[in-house]
Amino acid sequence: MAFTLPDVDRRTLVRNLGGLGGALALSRVFPAWARSGTAGLTPAPAPAPEVLSGEAIALTVAEGHFSTGGRSAHAVMINGTLPAPLIRLKEGQNVRLSVTNRLREDTSIHWHGLIVPFQMDGVPGISFPGIRPGETFTYEFPIRQSGTYWYHSHSGMQEAVGHYGPIVIDPAGTDPVEATREHVLILSDWSPVHPHVLLKRLKQMGGYFNMQKQTLAGLLAGKDQNAKERMEWGAMRMDPTDISDITGSTYSFLVNGHGTAENWTGLFTPGERVRLRIINAAAMTNFNLRLPGLPMTVVQCDGQHVQPVETDEFQIGIAETYDVVVQPGEAKPYALIAEAIDRSGLVRATLAPRMGLAAEVPPLRARPLLGMKDMGMDMSGMDMGQGGVIDLSQPANEGMAGHSMKMRDRSVAPQVKMGPGVATLSPMPADRTADRPTGLETVDHRVLTYADLKSLTPHADRRPPTRTLDIHLTANMERYMWSFDGVKLSDGADPIPFRHGERVRVNLINDTMMPHPIHLHGHFFELVTGAGDHNPLKHTVNVLPGGKVSFDLTADALGDWAFHCHMLMHMHTGMMRVVTVRYAGDAA
Amino acid sequence: MKAPVCLAALLLASGALPAWAQDHGGMDHGAMQQEDHSDHPPAGDAHAGHGQPAPDDGAPEGVAPPMPSDHASEAFYNPAEMARARAAMLKESGGMTFSRLMLDRLEYRMGRGADGYHWEGEGWIGGDIDRFAFKTEGEGEFGGPLESAEVQALYSRAIDPWFNLEAGVRHDIRPDPQRTYAVVGIEGLAPYWFEVGAQAFLSDKGDAHLRLEGSYDQRITQRLILQPAVEINLAAQDVPELGIGSGLSDIELGLRLRYEFAREFAPYVGVNWERKLGDTARFTRRDGERAATTSLVMGVRFWF
Repeated sequence: MAFTLPDVDRRTLVRNLGGLGGALALSRVFPAWARSGTAGLTPAPAPAPEVLSGEAIALTVAEGHFSTGGRSAHAVMINGTLPAPLIRLKEGQNVRLSVTNRLREDTSIHWHGLIVPFQMDGVPGISFPGIRPGETFTYEFPIRQSGTYWYHSHSGMQEAVGHYGPIVIDPAGTDPVEATREHVLILSDWSPVHPHVLLKRLKQMGGYFNMQKQTLAGLLAGKDQNAKERMEWGAMRMDPTDISDITGSTYSFLVNGHGTAENWTGLFTPGERVRLRIINAAAMTNFNLRLPGLPMTVVQCDGQHVQPVETDEFQIGIAETYDVVVQPGEAKPYALIAEAIDRSGLVRATLAPRMGLAAEVPPLRARPLLGMKDMGMDMSGMDMGQGGVIDLSQPANEGMAGHSMKMRDRSVAPQVKMGPGVATLSPMPADRTADRPTGLETVDHRVLTYADLKSLTPHADRRPPTRTLDIHLTANMERYMWSFDGVKLSDGADPIPFRHGERVRVNLINDTMMPHPIHLHGHFFELVTGAGDHNPLKHTVNVLPGGKVSFDLTADALGDWAFHCHMLMHMHTGMMRVVTVRYAGDAA
Repeated sequence: MKAPVCLAALLLASGALPAWAQDHGGMDHGAMQQEDHSDHPPAGDAHAGHGQPAPDDGAPEGVAPPMPSDHASEAFYNPAEMARARAAMLKESGGMTFSRLMLDRLEYRMGRGADGYHWEGEGWIGGDIDRFAFKTEGEGEFGGPLESAEVQALYSRAIDPWFNLEAGVRHDIRPDPQRTYAVVGIEGLAPYWFEVGAQAFLSDKGDAHLRLEGSYDQRITQRLILQPAVEINLAAQDVPELGIGSGLSDIELGLRLRYEFAREFAPYVGVNWERKLGDTARFTRRDGERAATTSLVMGVRFWF
């Protein structure tokens, strides 16, 4: 419980510990909720002493050292732990969070998914100036919601080296989710290589971390694409194995700061309902998550209640949260598997009736290959006869059956600024919210899709949108450039303006072959999945490759907000915008 | 001074870069129909009994509000502090500077005569579009003088997703007499993942040259890579003091098998064949050397 001590005392303690146990002992300091073997949290309202609660909370950001799986490196930690402490609040309370910066560089905390005044949102350069070294900044805001959220740095790349932690907000009334026990599971990716170096490698060589490319040996062994398909994709300079930018070739994947070998274990009593609050705090990894042999009932997504829906596996995009309820019946260990979507690695944690049990680690499944739909070629609406064969050897330049098959036909996206940063445009992007996500298309169990998520209660704002806004997600993997509408934020991109209170239909069109978890600060939006006023509410939406997503937004939060891809390297290479919300008459 | 113009025209018209040209051909909007990318209903409904398709076609286009001219945060924080933070945030959102230094070939060559060495490297520093680049290559025989050594300093600009235009100067330290050239070139990634490049040179003595290069990385396994490579040099005129004849002056073919212990570090073995042609061959034989040489090579490729 070191983190509950005043900062100076804690550092003294750490120093003494260091003298006794050496660097290794130092490097693995966890808050109680994240420790292996935790009994978990008691659902509200009983207080859990090791959790930061109340109206005044102090957080200190400082240098640290972290190790997992036999590798170690510099880290940025909050109150001396990785992940950072759990902050547990109650809907309707006020909170003052004083954040002290003990780093040699600026820091910040963004409260991901919390509805706060924009000047408390924690994005340096947009919502506030940031926190200079040695300074303390006090965030103060009312808590207007409940659910599972998280917090992280919006400065530099601190988020990739440990600066993230969970937030749980208990509802003012009764929680519609019934559970006798809760565990918080925060997923992340960690490399001993500094994130600036990771980004540099990607700029130097886009495919640097992909160690699952197609090979001649694979072709001879009959794996992956056949020779003809390889030629067709080669003609377009597109790589069907380009699924994740940074992979298990450098990343360790973690649950609550624990790798597979460290086997994070959460306890349960057989037969009880256990609520798992799952947060993807990774810098660059979308995960497919499952508990083999244990169905999950999804009850919340992005902190918002959904009608309970049972599934066996779901994809959790970066920055999304899912709350699921499981009911392990037997007194045996159950594995929780978070597998990177490119199948370059996974992490196993265990739910167990007692300590000392480790669930089996399943082998990694075969690396998926991207297909035509991931290129933005939706064949479903085309009359192409059986098999849907397309001759891509006609350098994707000729119209097909009245449909454009060019991969860079600017007429499909006149608003996109064409240039070196835009390698492809999706000729026929499909709404993929009912599609199984990347890699899960053919698994032989139930897979959650966005279309399965329905808000528990109908939305308050049922006005139809009065305006449509298209935003293209654009990229060039070879040069490692990422942008919206072909323009990087650093190019001097204009903000995206909204009138206060207006309802806007926003279409996100993915012109790349990678899923992008797109996050809008300060708002929840209704994902248009066909469920009408029960469309799910989200703060982050994972737009599948070559596909599109529509959401309806009520722009009800005045101020300036960040809007970006939550792949950290995509944001840092320009896939970001400032969103402004002003009263209709106010704009200059 | 017509030669460089002709060479540049040749360069641009040459079949070496059809894809690049083709790619720009994609801008002829005329023939294109407005694609039906409006709205497909959510595909399939196999998973759950969700309701009607998205009522997606209803939203009117509408009119965007005007762009605000203020920064909302300045009502709460010092505008100077905000300006500093905003500048840093913008720079970190796509405006950072990167660099790479690569020694593509540093090799030992064993042929019929004395063993020799050869190097070929390049580097760049800059943003996504504009970069300073340099290139160097050279060779010699062990125990003999340095035979050739050239350095290029170039401004490089990305002109499309795959190709860079480059312009600058080249200076040859060897052979004697030293020469300085103006350089215009293009390099990049052609369809089917071929690395290609073409450079036109005009020397301070007025002679003009063209160099075409290409290579391909055939991945045998994730780390074992076979790289065929070709280089062709052409000259617009005889340059007897450098031993260069007009027309096709030489062609070089290489095949190198490298093993990437890390992406940045790969030793290799291979074979290199070089053939001088036409008057260049004649000049070479005049100097008592062979017009064709085949060498076994071993070396290392590394970058950072």
